[in-house]
Amino acid sequence: MNWNSWPEFFYMGGYALYVWGSFAVTAILVAGEIVMLRLHRKKALELALNTVKYGKVKNDENEA
Amino acid sequence: MINRFNKYRYASPATFYHFAGRLIPWFYGAAALFCVAGLYIGLFLAPTDFQQSEAYRIIFIHVPAAWMSMFIYVVMACWAALGLAFNTRMSFMMASALAPTGAMLTFVSLWTGALWGKPTWGAWWVWDARLTSELILFFLYLGFMALQSAIDDPRRADRAGALIALVGVVNVPIIYFSVRWWNTLHQGASVSMTKAPSMASIMLVGMLVMALAAWMYTIAAALSRARCIILERERNAQWVAQMLEADA
Repeated sequence: MNWNSWPEFFYMGGYALYVWGSFAVTAILVAGEIVMLRLHRKKALELALNTVKYGKVKNDENEA
Repeated sequence: MINRFNKYRYASPATFYHFAGRLIPWFYGAAALFCVAGLYIGLFLAPTDFQQSEAYRIIFIHVPAAWMSMFIYVVMACWAALGLAFNTRMSFMMASALAPTGAMLTFVSLWTGALWGKPTWGAWWVWDARLTSELILFFLYLGFMALQSAIDDPRRADRAGALIALVGVVNVPIIYFSVRWWNTLHQGASVSMTKAPSMASIMLVGMLVMALAAWMYTIAAALSRARCIILERERNAQWVAQMLEADA
């Protein structure tokens, strides 16, 4: 273990802005993408449900 | 057995949709595990660098993100080529599903690179061959996504996007070899197949574990997005109706 205390860990030898700036932005972007994917899935499911309910459902291409 | 193995089976969106749905939680789980292990190694076990002090710890994000940014583009181009060659819908959908994650990781590699460049080189950005070609990669991803969303007919959007993906793939070897072909401020490869890595092994292990996490995450995200795209495009198909009615 390299660190004697948590403040020392967060201080990162004076490079806190650069190190934590990198890690934090990456974490935010990954979390953001996961949220976007959930919204995308919700929207896609709604769209498909509405199509099934109100739209025309065509037969499988293979069956035609 | 009636249902004999058929290699085209997974090219069918319906089969792919269910298969991907079962795999996604495993890939997210593996990504989380590798990420926790990699961060522990990188932030707690890896020693302070004698030249760069703690600033070097950015490597645990920067290198995996940069590797993935190039690799995803190559995979995207392969799917695009398969789609153009065999006219398989699923191939184009996979190419579209990979692009946003690729763009995000390209941005991460540029962003962490800037935050690493400032304390070590004294500049956030330089027009160095490595940095410039990575920036071009970012624009290629954005161009691919913009072009696809600008064309209403999905079949034409697929073909136009595939063309960008294929033309742009020449940029990937340029990024990779830029540090050898030109005099760059960016350092050469620390890890290569032919010589021993020029870094402490615990640092290398941390970086590789983070790279595995990035792999697993990318697969999970791309499969999730592919499922959304399938739902949007196949919403008129019988199997979607049957599936949704069975769930309701």
